[in-house]
Amino acid sequence: MTTRFFVPRDAAARAVGADKVATALQEEAQRRGIEIEIVRTGSRGLFWLEPMVEVETPGGRIAFGPVRPRDVPGLLVVGIPIDANDPLCLGRPDDIPFLKRQTRLTFARCGVVDPLLLADWRAHGGGRGLERARSLGPAKTLEEVTRSGLRGRGGAGFPTGLKWQTVADASADRKYIVCNADEGDSGTYADRMLLEGDPFALIEGMMIAGLAVGATKGFVYIRSEYPDAVRTFEHAVLLAEAGGLLGTGTGFDIEVRVGAGAYVCGEETALLESIEGKRGQVRAKPPLPAHKGLFGQPTVVNNLVSLATVPWILAEGAESYAAFGMGRSRGTMPIQLAGNVRHGGLFETAFGVTLGELVDEIGGGTRTGRPVRAVQVGGPLGAYFPRALFDTAFDYEAFTARDGLIGHGGVVVFDDTVDMAHQARFAMDFCALESCGKCTPCRIGSTRGVETIDKIIRGERSATNLELVEDLCQTMKFGSLCALGGFTSYPVMSAIRHFPEDFDRPPVSAAAE
Amino acid sequence: MSLRWDEAEATEIVRRHEGREGPLLPILHELQAAFGSVPEPAISFLAAALNITRAEVHGVVSFYHDFRREPAGRHVLKLCRAEACQSMDGEAFARRVLDRFNLDWGGTTPDGSVTVEPVYCLGLCASAPSAMLDGEPMARLNSESIDEIAREVSR
Repeated sequence: MTTRFFVPRDAAARAVGADKVATALQEEAQRRGIEIEIVRTGSRGLFWLEPMVEVETPGGRIAFGPVRPRDVPGLLVVGIPIDANDPLCLGRPDDIPFLKRQTRLTFARCGVVDPLLLADWRAHGGGRGLERARSLGPAKTLEEVTRSGLRGRGGAGFPTGLKWQTVADASADRKYIVCNADEGDSGTYADRMLLEGDPFALIEGMMIAGLAVGATKGFVYIRSEYPDAVRTFEHAVLLAEAGGLLGTGTGFDIEVRVGAGAYVCGEETALLESIEGKRGQVRAKPPLPAHKGLFGQPTVVNNLVSLATVPWILAEGAESYAAFGMGRSRGTMPIQLAGNVRHGGLFETAFGVTLGELVDEIGGGTRTGRPVRAVQVGGPLGAYFPRALFDTAFDYEAFTARDGLIGHGGVVVFDDTVDMAHQARFAMDFCALESCGKCTPCRIGSTRGVETIDKIIRGERSATNLELVEDLCQTMKFGSLCALGGFTSYPVMSAIRHFPEDFDRPPVSAAAE
Repeated sequence: MSLRWDEAEATEIVRRHEGREGPLLPILHELQAAFGSVPEPAISFLAAALNITRAEVHGVVSFYHDFRREPAGRHVLKLCRAEACQSMDGEAFARRVLDRFNLDWGGTTPDGSVTVEPVYCLGLCASAPSAMLDGEPMARLNSESIDEIAREVSR
C-alpha cells in the first residue's frame, strides 16, 4: 500500500528546509523499499512548526514538525499506526490548538490540498461559488457580496459590494478586475500563502467579480519579491485554462504581472500606472478607478484576500459570512503573527479578537522569551501599540479609534530591547526610500523627518524637535496624495506618544562620558 | 563586468510581447533576465520599438528598484531590513554578513562573486530574520547561515 506524505512547498517552509526533507523522504523510502507518494501542499501557516510533514493514516492525517532531514527515518516506520510518542508528533493537524481556535473560510484549503491539482480543489469545495454566481446572475451575485458585509482586506476597509456596484453601473465596452497582490507590508504574508497554497481560489474569486460587474479581463499584480508565488500562480493559470475553467469559452482571461520592487505600487492607482508600463506614481482621485481605472476603463481593484474570500461567500451565502465578526467588520480576517513571536503564523478568525489574546495567548509571547514591549499592527504605516492598549479588538473601527489601523492584518511583535526612536526613524526613512515623489509632503517631509528624529536621537533640543516632528506628521497626514505619506504619521506618532521615554535622550557628548 | 547587449535578441523579446496591453515592465524584466541589466542602449531601443520617448523609458527604468543599470555579481543576496526582521535582530545579522564580505549595501565583491542588497520584506515574517539567495528563500537565519551563504556564493 502506498502511504501518502504531505510536505509544504510554501516559500516559508522551503526557507527552513522543506525541499531537503522531501528529498530525504523519497530517498529513505527508496532505500527501504517502502512505497510512498509525496504531495507538495501549501502551508497551514504554523510557521514555527515548519517544515511540518503530514502522513495519511486510516484515522486521518497526522502531523509532525518541525522535521529536519535527519528525522526522516523515524517518520518512515513500517506499518501504521504512527508512534504518537514521537517527540515531533503533533497529532491531527486540526487538533493543534493554534488551528483549532481558527475559523478558516478563506484559507480552508491552504496547506490541505495540492495547489496545482484542479481535482483536489474541486473535491474540497472549489468551484461551487462560481457555479452559484452563474445561476444567480450578475445582479444577485453583486447583492450577495454587498449583504455579506465584506470590506477591503488590503487595509482601507472599503465595502467591496459598493465598489463592484460602481463598476457594474459604469458603461464601457471594456472593464477590468485587478487583483492587488503587491503585499509589501512587513509582517504580512497572507497573499503569498494563498497564491502558493490555493491559487484556484483567487481565479474563482476574480471570475465571480468579472461576472458581477461585466469585466472580461483580470490582472494579478504580484510583487517580484515573491518568485515562488509568481511561479505557482502562473502555473495555476495555465492549468485552469487547460482545464476549461478559465480563458477561451469562459468569457474571462487572467494575466499575471510582476512588480519591480516599488512598495508604493501597492497603492491602487500607482499599481494601475505600473501595469500600464509607467512609473508607479500615485494618481489624484477623483476620478476613482471604478470610473476611470486601468487604461482609462472602469476597474475593480481589490486586495487578493478580498477576492479569494468571495467564492466562500457565494458558496455558503452572504448571511453565513456576515454571521461572523463584530460591528461593521463582518466575516473573518487572516491575521498574520510575525516578528519576535513564539507561535508565528496565519490565524484566520472572526473580527473581535483582542490584540492581547493574539499576542499573548495565540502567539505565546516573544520568541526570545523577553517581555513584549510594542506591537506594530498593519505594516510599516501602522501604529505601534503598547501593552496598555492590548484590550483593542481586531476591528476596523476599534483600531481607528485608537489612532491605528488593521491594514492587511500583519502583527509584528517586539520585545523590550526595541528602541522606539529608531523605529520612528525607520518609518520616516522607509517613506523617503519608497516615496513616488509626486507630492511634496511625502517626498520632502519624510527626509526632513529622518533628519529631525536623528537630532532627537543625538539629544539635540529634544522638545523643540519633537514639536517639529509632530508638525511634519500633521502636514504629511493631511497633505499627502496617498497613504504612504499620509499614514507614516501612525508609526511615528504612536511611538512618540506611547513610548516617550525613548525620545528623551541626553546629548550624545554627555552620554559618551 | 562588461555590459551585454544584443539588439537582435532584444528585438525578439519585444516581439514576444506584441499585442500585450502595457508591455514595458514585462519587457524590461525579460531584458534584464537576458542581459543581466538594462544597459544604456536599451533605452533608445525601447523608445523606438514602443513609440514612446526616451525620457519615459528612462523614467520607468530608474523608478523601480529592481532594474539594474549594470549587471550584479554571479550571486545576488537580498537581506530583509523590514520591521519583522528588525524585531529578530536582523540588522545585526545583516551587518555581520556585510562585514564577512567586506561590503556595504548594494556592493559587489571584487571577484564578482556576490552582490548584497537590501530588501523590504520577503513575506517570511514569522521566521525572521530572512533572506533570498538567487531567488531561493532562507529564514530563521543564524551564525551557521552566514557560513552556508559564504559556501554557496564561492561556488
